[in-house]
Amino acid sequence: MSGRTIAEQIIGQHADSTVRADDVVIVRVDAAMATDTTAPFAIETFKEMGGRRVWNPERMVFVIDHAAPAPTEAIANLHVMMRTFARDTGSVLHEIGRGIGHQVMVENAHVRPSELVVGADSHTVIYGALNAFSSGVGSTDLAAVMLTGRTWMRVPRTIRVELLGDAPVGISPKDLTLAIVGQLGIDGATGRAIEYTGAAVRALSLDGRLTMASMAVETGAVAGLVDADGLTLPYAFNPTHAEAGAEYEQVITIDVRELTPQIALPHSPDSVVSITHAIGTRIDMAFIGTCTNGRLEDLRAAADVLRGQRIASHVRLIIAPASREVFAAGLRDGTVATLTDAGASFITPGCGPCVGTHLGVPGNGEVVISAANRNFQGRMGNPHANVYLASPATVAASALHGVITAANTGAHT
Amino acid sequence: MTAPVAHILSGRAHVYGDNVDTDRIIPGKYTKTLDKRQLAAHVLEDLDPAFRVRVRVGDFVVAGDNFGCGSSREQAPIALQAAGVSAILARSFAAIFYRNAINIGLPLLEIPDYEIVTGDLVHVDLDASTATLERTGTVYTARALPPVMVAILRAGGLVPYLAAHGDFVVPDRSPTANA
Repeated sequence: MSGRTIAEQIIGQHADSTVRADDVVIVRVDAAMATDTTAPFAIETFKEMGGRRVWNPERMVFVIDHAAPAPTEAIANLHVMMRTFARDTGSVLHEIGRGIGHQVMVENAHVRPSELVVGADSHTVIYGALNAFSSGVGSTDLAAVMLTGRTWMRVPRTIRVELLGDAPVGISPKDLTLAIVGQLGIDGATGRAIEYTGAAVRALSLDGRLTMASMAVETGAVAGLVDADGLTLPYAFNPTHAEAGAEYEQVITIDVRELTPQIALPHSPDSVVSITHAIGTRIDMAFIGTCTNGRLEDLRAAADVLRGQRIASHVRLIIAPASREVFAAGLRDGTVATLTDAGASFITPGCGPCVGTHLGVPGNGEVVISAANRNFQGRMGNPHANVYLASPATVAASALHGVITAANTGAHT
Repeated sequence: MTAPVAHILSGRAHVYGDNVDTDRIIPGKYTKTLDKRQLAAHVLEDLDPAFRVRVRVGDFVVAGDNFGCGSSREQAPIALQAAGVSAILARSFAAIFYRNAINIGLPLLEIPDYEIVTGDLVHVDLDASTATLERTGTVYTARALPPVMVAILRAGGLVPYLAAHGDFVVPDRSPTANA
């Protein structure tokens, strides 16, 4: 019998059986998360299901991050609904300003390696960075998990992505990630798990691993599992490694030794090209943040570009730290001061303008360069804006010059 | 609560292309509500602003590959259902959207190839998993759903399914042909 993939092992452990790709099984869920976009429907559906007790309140985590603080009366009342439900059921609730749900889950060890986690947010695949099997679900699936502690799933086939060689100096985890998304395409891994491996993957910090795993869903994947070799966490853990002879549906090798900064053109995260194709494009707005690129390493990369300089006068640079913890660390080490002195505007830790609800909606015809994960038309709240996706360093360099700029060389014309 | 879905559906087709993402189905700025009519009022707004005026109860959305990619927002299938859409036909669907639609009792038919154009009258037989194009008489057969999804859809969605079964029922564990 051949070896098992990471997905087959973790799902099997949670189904109490030996499973293989394509098996349909019922699994125990270790933890679940919902945000203010998805929790209200989930709570309503949970009640329709006759639910009163949450299966395991200590592992049911609600985070108010998508529209936080509340921009309207209607949203404020949805937040009230979440607070009330969390209090009544004893579930965990993280308030506005605590940060993006995914970052908060990681910082609080609400999710740990080899666990099986679902979240009512598509970027839940991010916990693959911690070697957990985690998938995004909708509100009804989440409600069923709240009720039963279980869900059904088809064991995904796995695509192995192997990065060959070391990334050049100045090439960030986001550049590697965009290269992978560009290569696989927007539906290249639909319903599949991805295993990321190779020297450039094993060399990633936790922050970089989270960047890479977060965008697995941009290829349609239901999990993005990062090779646990080199993973460092503030607690002891048992990682799950792919077994020898594991069966992969596809193996993709990407040589990153001469990779240039990558950029996704409007309006799809897989429209990825070398930045050389976009250099010189005038921008109006720059954004650093999100579950993909709002961590300390990302803010420091931007600060390194902007230290002692000022952004172009026609550009607004908005920064949403991924969490209060990230913001506090950036305050302590001077990163926040460097960025603020350069002209950046800091907003409440959370999803910020990524979902187009508030805190930085672009105007008609405006061009945005963003460190986020999605640039679908209308994503940032205006279908008449053009959004480019790039690394925090590229976003910072572009804000500096007012045009799309290569972070590694400073080329902007 | 959703009523069990009818087994034969008839309606007009509204045809779109590949990779219709959830931001185009219902922009994020409209998702923070529990009012399904508000969601329906903005459905497909950035892709086809006339859709919500043109759509009639029972109509079908017909799309290319990877329909519903992007966000996990269940507001996307809810908005389509609340606008009157009775089923979605596509060459392929994104994974989360696929589950979400079935969970609210909105049937999906994955049909690898078709010649349906906007305005065509289509008849969907949910028991047979087929769609018949009235104009040509062509019968398209959809890829089979896993048994657990068939059971959820037959119940009218996951809420009535759990009401009936109390919990997830162990489905057939034999591997199925489609992934």
